[in-house]
Amino acid sequence: MVAELRWQRKDLLGIAELTPGEIQLILDTAESFREVAERPIKKVPTLRGKTVLNLFFESSTRTRSSFELAEKRLSADSLNFSTSGSSLSKGESLIDTALTLQAMAPDLIVIRHMHPGVPHMLARRLEAGVINAGDGAHEHPTQALLDAFTIVQHKGRIEGLKIAIVGDIEHSRVVRSNVLLLSKMGAEVTVAGPRTMMPVAVETLGARAAYSLEDAIRGVDVVMMLRVQLERQSKLLFPSIREYFNLFGLTRERLKLAKRNAIVMHPGPMNRGVEISSDVADGTTSVILEQVANGVAVRMAVLYLLSGAGAEEGE
Amino acid sequence: MPKTLKLKRSLMDAQQMNRVIQRMAGQIVERNADLGQLLLVGIRTRGVPLAERLRGEIKRLEGIEVPLGILDITLYRDDLSTIAPQPVVKATHIPESIEEHTLMLCDDVLYTGRTVRAALDALVDFGRPRAVQLAVMIDRGHRELPIQADVVGRTVQTLDNEVIEVKFESTDGADRVDLMERLD
Repeated sequence: MVAELRWQRKDLLGIAELTPGEIQLILDTAESFREVAERPIKKVPTLRGKTVLNLFFESSTRTRSSFELAEKRLSADSLNFSTSGSSLSKGESLIDTALTLQAMAPDLIVIRHMHPGVPHMLARRLEAGVINAGDGAHEHPTQALLDAFTIVQHKGRIEGLKIAIVGDIEHSRVVRSNVLLLSKMGAEVTVAGPRTMMPVAVETLGARAAYSLEDAIRGVDVVMMLRVQLERQSKLLFPSIREYFNLFGLTRERLKLAKRNAIVMHPGPMNRGVEISSDVADGTTSVILEQVANGVAVRMAVLYLLSGAGAEEGE
Repeated sequence: MPKTLKLKRSLMDAQQMNRVIQRMAGQIVERNADLGQLLLVGIRTRGVPLAERLRGEIKRLEGIEVPLGILDITLYRDDLSTIAPQPVVKATHIPESIEEHTLMLCDDVLYTGRTVRAALDALVDFGRPRAVQLAVMIDRGHRELPIQADVVGRTVQTLDNEVIEVKFESTDGADRVDLMERLD
């Protein structure tokens, strides 16, 4: 019998440190968890008695709900902290917050923070396993994992696929984690966006850079559109929403440049008429809502794998 | 990690195993007058090939194709908090609603009974079956829970340091049951 790879890490901080084998293990485990959502009783007792803290220093609805649902389906007790109206916004230092949390003896902490590296710092200080749910513009590993899971579902593999990621490349943690993961698993990734949204040393990401949507999506298997962060509009990265849509919006016409069976993805929340037209978002090739459903299965897999890491070595 | 096992003695060869499976299938048919309500459920991993073989025999005997489900009990284990790292979870697949069905749980070896306990918990999450029965290839004793099988291939007296290995042609290349001794 082939020795199966087992999960050894206490934390999931980023895609950067994962091996292809570990990524595959998470995806395989998620495949098994997907079935739980189809049962009459969508809950398993696996994490009974475990406590998970959801610590969101930055507002988030979908990622937090997705984690919370995953925790509930595994029977863990979850506790939510968000910045508004808590000590997190009352000037307490991060270390003090961390020590306070430690005193509550959680088994796992899910954290989102506006500054890169905060989950890593907490992971070193805390006994609990730490899951990075987005740290600044650095990484968002569970998003990349659920995207990969969705791609495998439709294409059967990642290796050898051509994938385009289009939008605000510079400010997106989703891009970083996705490029790292997809290239580790053998895909050929192209990133594209207006020059004001492309990082200076874009090649160091490990992807090919393109400066027009047409150039990026020609012949690809997967088109991943990113949300234009309208709240960042004050930085004047592009002249107007209409101009952005005219140049970088994914329309049905432009999608014809991709392979005929190409799928369209979006991490959400999407701005219709900005980065994507409604007919594409609602079209038959769009897998955007599947991404949401898969997010729960992938997060269940991550919670399950990490929850065993602290225990004694058994048989 | 992987323990060293030494063969102590062979319990069944392919021919004996085949005969035992035929007899078990006959007993399952005898116990279940209405085969249309029966659903075989193999417990991963070696309960699955056993369930497949039983299904084949039932088809041969009665001409009826009984549906077959696959159950992974990992998420229901009672020792998850004491073992590390986490065991690999494989997919569960129950082909139809279990309500109004009689389920025949199939596993290769019945030992402490904890696997069957976990399987019963898992099944309840799929609905309320009319009845659940248990078929095992080998009952080796040492129960830690009040659980017993309805259909047994063979009962074997064993020691704590012994391991029963049931192998199937479809998964291991040959039909065989061996009594192994753990060296550690």
